[in-house]
Amino acid sequence: MRFAATVSLLALASLLSGCNWVTLNASGDIARQQGDLIVVSTVLMLLIVVPVMALTGWFAWHYRASNKRATYTPDWHHSTQLELVIWSAPLLIIIALGAVTWISTHTLDPFRKLDRIDEARAVPADVQPLKVQVVALDWKWLFIYPDYGIATVNELAAPIDVPIEFQLTASTVMNTFYVPTLAGMIYTMPAMETRLHAVINKVGDYEGMSAHYSGAGFSDMRFRFKGMDGADFDQWVAKVRETPAELSRDEYLRLERPSAKEAARHYGKVVEGLYDAALNLCVDKTKMCMRDMMAIDARGGLGLANVYNVAHLSHDAERRRGHDIGPPDSYVSALCSVPADAYMSPVDPPSYGRVRLAP
Amino acid sequence: MTPASAEPRSELATLLFGRLSLDSIPYHEPIILVTFAVAALAGISVLAWITRARAWGWLWRDWFCSIDHKKIGVMYMILGFVMLLRGFADAIMMRAQQAIAFGDSAGYLPPHHYDQIFTAHGVIMIFFVAMPFVTGLMNYIVPLQIGARDVAFPFLNNFSFWMTTAGALLVMLSLFVGEFATTGWLAFPPLSGADYSPGVGVDYYIWALQIAGVGTLLSGVNLIVTIVKMRAPGMGLMKMPVFTWTALCTNVLIVAAFPVLTAVLLLLGLDRTVGTNFFTNDFGGNPMMYVNMIWIWGHPEVYILILPLFGVFSEVVSTFSGKRLFGYTSMVYATVVITILSYLVWLHHFFTMGSGASVNSFFGITTMIISIPTGAKLFNWLFTMYRGRIRFELPMLWMMGFMFTFVVGGMTGVLLAVPPADFVLHNSLFLIAHFHNVIIGGVVFGVFAAVSYWYPKVFGFHLDVFWGKVSFWCWQVGFLFAFMPLYVLGLMGVTRRVSHFEDSSLQPFFIVAAFGAVLIGCGILASLIQFYVSHQRREQLRDVSGDPWDGRTLEWATSSPPPEYNFAFTPRVHDIDAWWDMKRGGYQRPTAGFMPIHMPKGTSAGIILAGISAVLGFALIWHIWWLAVTGFAGLVGFAIFHTFNLDRDFHIPADEVARVEDARTRALAATGA
Repeated sequence: MRFAATVSLLALASLLSGCNWVTLNASGDIARQQGDLIVVSTVLMLLIVVPVMALTGWFAWHYRASNKRATYTPDWHHSTQLELVIWSAPLLIIIALGAVTWISTHTLDPFRKLDRIDEARAVPADVQPLKVQVVALDWKWLFIYPDYGIATVNELAAPIDVPIEFQLTASTVMNTFYVPTLAGMIYTMPAMETRLHAVINKVGDYEGMSAHYSGAGFSDMRFRFKGMDGADFDQWVAKVRETPAELSRDEYLRLERPSAKEAARHYGKVVEGLYDAALNLCVDKTKMCMRDMMAIDARGGLGLANVYNVAHLSHDAERRRGHDIGPPDSYVSALCSVPADAYMSPVDPPSYGRVRLAP
Repeated sequence: MTPASAEPRSELATLLFGRLSLDSIPYHEPIILVTFAVAALAGISVLAWITRARAWGWLWRDWFCSIDHKKIGVMYMILGFVMLLRGFADAIMMRAQQAIAFGDSAGYLPPHHYDQIFTAHGVIMIFFVAMPFVTGLMNYIVPLQIGARDVAFPFLNNFSFWMTTAGALLVMLSLFVGEFATTGWLAFPPLSGADYSPGVGVDYYIWALQIAGVGTLLSGVNLIVTIVKMRAPGMGLMKMPVFTWTALCTNVLIVAAFPVLTAVLLLLGLDRTVGTNFFTNDFGGNPMMYVNMIWIWGHPEVYILILPLFGVFSEVVSTFSGKRLFGYTSMVYATVVITILSYLVWLHHFFTMGSGASVNSFFGITTMIISIPTGAKLFNWLFTMYRGRIRFELPMLWMMGFMFTFVVGGMTGVLLAVPPADFVLHNSLFLIAHFHNVIIGGVVFGVFAAVSYWYPKVFGFHLDVFWGKVSFWCWQVGFLFAFMPLYVLGLMGVTRRVSHFEDSSLQPFFIVAAFGAVLIGCGILASLIQFYVSHQRREQLRDVSGDPWDGRTLEWATSSPPPEYNFAFTPRVHDIDAWWDMKRGGYQRPTAGFMPIHMPKGTSAGIILAGISAVLGFALIWHIWWLAVTGFAGLVGFAIFHTFNLDRDFHIPADEVARVEDARTRALAATGA
């Protein structure tokens, strides 16, 4: 046992030298805090795991049958003091860990706005967060920058030390958006929206991926995440804006068809409300938006009352005895049409080249 | 994917065969073809061997139709071992693919095949390896430990076994006819819906689990009733052996959790087959509801698997330390607390799906709380060893392997229960390493401990020690090599279910992991050799005493193997560790005064009903509606017909009992015991 453990430890040690522990050495503040939490929790638990392993080894050796000098008490099976220790030692560890959990889960909640850029700096009042809308497609990533009216596929860029606000959804099946160096993962799900708040602190070219299996092209559903300084980011935005390609509804419907290993791609223009339409499953204009369907359902639906137009004949039910007369039943009697498309026209988009951050 | 036929199918063909056609047989995939050839050859040679030995009648009467809990228990274990070989074949294929598929090399498995393999590996290992092992152990041991002659519903027991086998059969069939699901082992919609998985794979998944699930649920009911109603006189609940206690808790979990699985799979089946919209994106369907429901089953399932093995370790550690279990009462309460808490933690499987911070912390903390009773159990085993006389026989070796391995798995599990840490580690290889750490270190090591512990009881001879040690060390070292690299990879941000990588700096880790899998393969091979060698040397390894380990519980009071009726006289229980207590009190085996014993009679109804169920499942998978209707009618009809079979029991005459017991008396006298 010990020999095997030593051998495997040595083998591991030689392997581990020079590998990149991205989750424990992240370049984004959120991921770094999550990595620190992994270390803190592990150390807390080792407080009890190490003694247990040591005692197991020692007892196994000392009380081996061939050691006749060791005490043997075949009927000893209870000790209130020991029981107290047995139950309270793990309890204490869990109380400590539980407190850490409660606090960190709230401070690192992906839905919560950032209040700091890193350990030393709070978010400056004059910095506008970067907004990115993410749609997981089969099997590639679409990133829409609503403030700039641009979009990219499989390439995400962000200025360093600026809070990023992601809104995320998916076109067909579940995926997760995961940039290990930036922040922990969050699911992207069709017709549902999740959010993620994070910040990248170091310039670099990092890997991002889907971490939830989504079908045949899943393994190569990767993208590059680029942390840039503010001026570079502004230039990058200007460059993407000059791209002639436009992301219309029709282009989106072509793009969302299954394909794997897509190269990075830029769109200089994006049609107004595209993310919202993707979230509501109505990029195809012949489809009813989920938002509208839910609004109709909330108002009583397109039920029999509407089809047969019988509601105005109802009389007795509204005069029932022994009941308060509630609001009248409601139902939808007409639907409105969808306005024509226009491309997004950014008004005063943030630029990060001039941003001065407190030291 | 079934290749689309060049010409449209005739209506007649669709009516007769549903979606099934010659194209459904994957003869264009060489790997499957070779597998099929090997499986067919092995199958034919086994059948030929049985025929040559003229064993069909014996096999049918004495085993397939037997409702003896001991034989059913053994058949469950055999099913588990056979399916372990299949599940392991899947594992080694995955490891090989991930060890070579870097950069320009796409590996040898296309995504469609690789995705089926990781789905099948998970499904098989949980439902058709771990579950049969656990159920088999409980089936064999529980009635013996409580001094009963059989389970409460012996026919149901036989039926349960064959239903589980029918499910396993369908999974195996998917290899050669059609395809298996490419969705991951829990088949999350919308991916598993008809629109994104149009083939038969998910249908195989649904119906195999539904049929096997009937067996699991009925066996759960059966064992609960057995434990509650059939304990020997004097055995109060707080005098039950710990293994029986854990079995009781596990079966309560089964009965409470499996109906949820049945319901959720039924809804998914309706979505796929008749076009309902429970879990679709559109028409008000909600895929999150599936995720929620399947984990309400899925988390208790984890404890369904591990609790009985906690029981095994409790038996093993006290027997081989020659000492009464430390803290029996706290052990029992710990088990019950785990049982209850296991229902309050399921959400930790999807922290990353966007529940609020308060919900996530609640479920994170409840998960951590489970580690308190689990920790108490570990300490109890530890203090059982304290001041004992520990004999390192095979079961105790597995126990030691478990103690060292499981604490690490438990620690990484608690780590994953911290939601912000889980955001980083969820779906990563760290998670894979964690649950293999607890399932191999806990369930598999436990099963091997149990098999080597009770093997002499079941067959009357010991298992060969040398090959047992080879197997143990291969598993233990192989586990370290296979899964420690995955912990590291997970911390490096590498995620699961990936069939191709770009970053070649990761390759050495996957090669080490593949080497570990090969070592584990050697462990499995060594245990197969162990069974063979032990059988060849059975006369040298024979145990006549019935109590080879100086045991403590009632199963050691009877002969090895136990007679059909288990105990000639129902034992009376006065203390925990009833047999230890009896031995101390100068127990004398009764040698006269035998009475006729009332026993249940074997029946073929179980295997026939399960056979019809398998056909029904096949028809539903392939949309062969006439066969489905016929199968369902046949199932109901035969079940009703079986109720008219009143010839269900018989008495073993007192002479026969006396003959068996006298033979044992002579054997014991011959060894001088």
